[in-house]
Amino acid sequence: MTALNPQKLVIIGNGMAPGRMLEHLLEQAPGAYEVTIFNAEPRVNYDRIMLSPVLSGEKSFEQIVIHGDDWYRGHGITLHKGARVTEIDRAAKTVTSANGVTASYDKLVIATGSLPFIIPVPGHQLQGVVAYRDLDDVDHMLAAAKSGGRAIVIGAGLLGLEAAYGLKRQGMEVTVIHLMPTIMERQLDPAAAYLLEKALNERGIEIITKANTKRVLGTDKVEGIELEDGRVIEGSLVVMAVGIRPAAGLAKEAGLAVNRGIVVDDGMMTSDASIFALGECAEHRGMCYGLVAPLYESARVLADRLSGGAAEYHGSVTNTKLKVTGINLFSAGDFAEGEGREEIVLRDANAGIYKRLVLKDNRIIGAVLYGETSDGSWFFDLMKKATDISAMRDTLIFGQAYQGGTPLDPMAAVAALPDDAEICGCNGVCKGKITSAITGKGLTTLDGVRAHTKASASCGSCTGLVEQLMALTLGDSYNPAAVTPMCACTELGHDDVRRLIKAKGLKSIPAVMQELEWKTSCGCAKCRPALNYYLVCDWPDEYADDYQSRFINERVHANIQKDGTYSVVPRMWGGVTNAAELRAIADVVDKFEIPMVKVTGGQRIDLLGIEKEDLPAVWADLGKAGFISGQAYAKGLRTVKTCVGSDWCRFGTQDSTGLGIRIEKFMWGSWTPAKLKLAVSGCPRNCAEATCKDIGVICVDSGFEIHFAGAAGLDIKGTEVLGLVKTEDEALEHIVALTQMYREQARYLERIYKWAKRIGLDEIRRQILEDGEKRRAYYERFVFSQQFAQVDPWSERVSGKDKHEFKPMATVGFEAAAE
Amino acid sequence: MSWITIGEIDDIPQRGARCIKTPAGKIAVFRTADNAVYAIENRCPHKNGPLSEGIVHGAAVTCPLHNWVISLETGEALGADEGGVRTFPVRNENGLLSIALAEPALAAAE
Repeated sequence: MTALNPQKLVIIGNGMAPGRMLEHLLEQAPGAYEVTIFNAEPRVNYDRIMLSPVLSGEKSFEQIVIHGDDWYRGHGITLHKGARVTEIDRAAKTVTSANGVTASYDKLVIATGSLPFIIPVPGHQLQGVVAYRDLDDVDHMLAAAKSGGRAIVIGAGLLGLEAAYGLKRQGMEVTVIHLMPTIMERQLDPAAAYLLEKALNERGIEIITKANTKRVLGTDKVEGIELEDGRVIEGSLVVMAVGIRPAAGLAKEAGLAVNRGIVVDDGMMTSDASIFALGECAEHRGMCYGLVAPLYESARVLADRLSGGAAEYHGSVTNTKLKVTGINLFSAGDFAEGEGREEIVLRDANAGIYKRLVLKDNRIIGAVLYGETSDGSWFFDLMKKATDISAMRDTLIFGQAYQGGTPLDPMAAVAALPDDAEICGCNGVCKGKITSAITGKGLTTLDGVRAHTKASASCGSCTGLVEQLMALTLGDSYNPAAVTPMCACTELGHDDVRRLIKAKGLKSIPAVMQELEWKTSCGCAKCRPALNYYLVCDWPDEYADDYQSRFINERVHANIQKDGTYSVVPRMWGGVTNAAELRAIADVVDKFEIPMVKVTGGQRIDLLGIEKEDLPAVWADLGKAGFISGQAYAKGLRTVKTCVGSDWCRFGTQDSTGLGIRIEKFMWGSWTPAKLKLAVSGCPRNCAEATCKDIGVICVDSGFEIHFAGAAGLDIKGTEVLGLVKTEDEALEHIVALTQMYREQARYLERIYKWAKRIGLDEIRRQILEDGEKRRAYYERFVFSQQFAQVDPWSERVSGKDKHEFKPMATVGFEAAAE
Repeated sequence: MSWITIGEIDDIPQRGARCIKTPAGKIAVFRTADNAVYAIENRCPHKNGPLSEGIVHGAAVTCPLHNWVISLETGEALGADEGGVRTFPVRNENGLLSIALAEPALAAAE
């Protein structure tokens, strides 16, 4: 839908606030604007608050991208990357960037964000001094971490401590320098700061308080710092995390009203009625915000204003959570001591818990929770609404579950929250919105809730609350607390293990078991094959496949039968064969007296009842005729069924046989979480039965319809449509990328339809169909791993590999043991 | 009862097994992750699955057919399953393995 005369909207800056604003605007007034974005950073829009997990290695950059290139293209938005705007001409209503692009506007949004504050001490310009603001900073830090040594972080605020934790996780020694006597003094009182400092010390992070930096030492690059008191700390990296200031210079030059930030009214309008400011660069009622929740709230207001509405922003009350794994910390409001203020404190030294509420006139005005933060959102809600707490004052500190006299189960706390209680602070999602989405849209997974409501989709710290809400709404059908462990050897579930293998760079089964604290010395028959697969998938070039952790079928490359004999299935590309191949098979059957020959459901031939000792000789004969293993035993690519297609069939629309063979030749040898069966049908009559396969293709006149997530085994399920593509090349790229996404994310033995149900079809379509960059990245990773996977296991064993598998160790007790 | 040399410990992969053929059936010889060696009958008490083909973990093996777990030390099924297989003494002298077989095991099966 396009309005007749779209107005021109220009946005300077491409951070989280304008990204969110655009989402609202496109929803509220699609087609009302022709949008042009100037981004000084050379990339798309990403989740800046997740930079800390990227630094610590717990997430990749790809995982924190909010809008990929395709999103901009799909919405007809022009995005100039690496284009820093240097001039706003308010008279001509144009902006111009340093690289010479000029755009005219009807409405202009300035969202230039903030600049990190660099302390101007001597040496601050040396190489190795970085701020902590964007992805380039993270890249600098990661590069520095590679060479090890000590990192010095100046500033023990939220960002500084997250940087310190991330660098420690990357293997550096870390010292944090802080000017004030206690850390995070803006968010924490001294008692909570003490507990936090202790917890960080235990994680190997050294903290020096009351320390003023005098100079950065070094000649061409950083060698350390000197403090005012003369102490010298050596280090190869200095991270300055001492604060930010609004980037308002451009607005000031354009003559707009600027104090600390660009002054805006309740409609986010600047002193020029055609120009708005949004995000960290804006100043509203004397406040500049640096947290995401207020920015998102004002983004919604601005979108409404640009759509012709009259929404107003009234400022935000903010709260803080620290993203350091294993440390629970919540703070909100004002907690300094003062006239007319009272406090309620709860301490439990053994459990490391500290809670403090600051009250004024029977209302909560501040809260600090350390160690146990589940009541944070309840306290925050009471605070925002200025609820009179005098009736529950005696039990208030124990939390919501204890109100009303009797202790309730923890779930009751969430149940008792009012519908308008905020659950996700980042995205401003209240309880009612989540519960109505769960029931209204029939959501059963966390990812589904994230996709529909955005709750817990940003920093993720409210995930627990969202899961509790799901459990409440869905009853027994959802149980978030119980992550099913992989097996009795560990408490961790498959997803955690997969994530930690990547995050900690674990590259062998013993390393996984040691680092993830396995409870058995060498695992069991459940976890070992799973771990072996995860490692093969994640480190294709580095991991040495552990055959003793594979099931017998994958170890001897044949299918064990009930009597201990084996069956052998040679690959028959796309189900096509010829006289020479059939003759070779017939000869093998005669020579080895194979008792049963059977055509399989996957369009090939199964030879059953072969003794294990005979396998290499059978393979040698089959190999001479050009056969390789059909991998009918593998948790990997099995078959690609085809019909005869346009070569023969009077209804065929495309060369389905040729495409099937091409796919099979491209993908054979790849290991997958569970078996993977494909099919290509040449027309919608679907003779290859592609619509009940793991991945299927239905050829049509206009191209190739790609299907996935079908099943015809324990469960019967028709496929879902991924989308229609025009060419064979595109079909191959989509299928390969989808397979790689499944390989990287699914749990061992989880078929593609179960995985797809768990993570959501929309998410798969978004990554594979809509996001071309993601798709190509998946494709490239698959291609990379194939170099190591496409080795015919049969010919290897014919040449002598794993001889011990096929021969008895000794023969004893026979009269004349045949040699 | 007599000790019969069957081969060297390095003939068996760690966390793996090999078979010995005898007239009374196959015997599976296991080598664990810490190089302990055990010999048991190569027939799962459940449905005769070849235990030598199973995944070896600790001093136990999981049958490749239906996932019964058999103790290599006692030959008994572990967990909820009931049943057992015969075990045979194994001797490891500087890597040279021998197994003790009673005469009936050496005699041809009837």
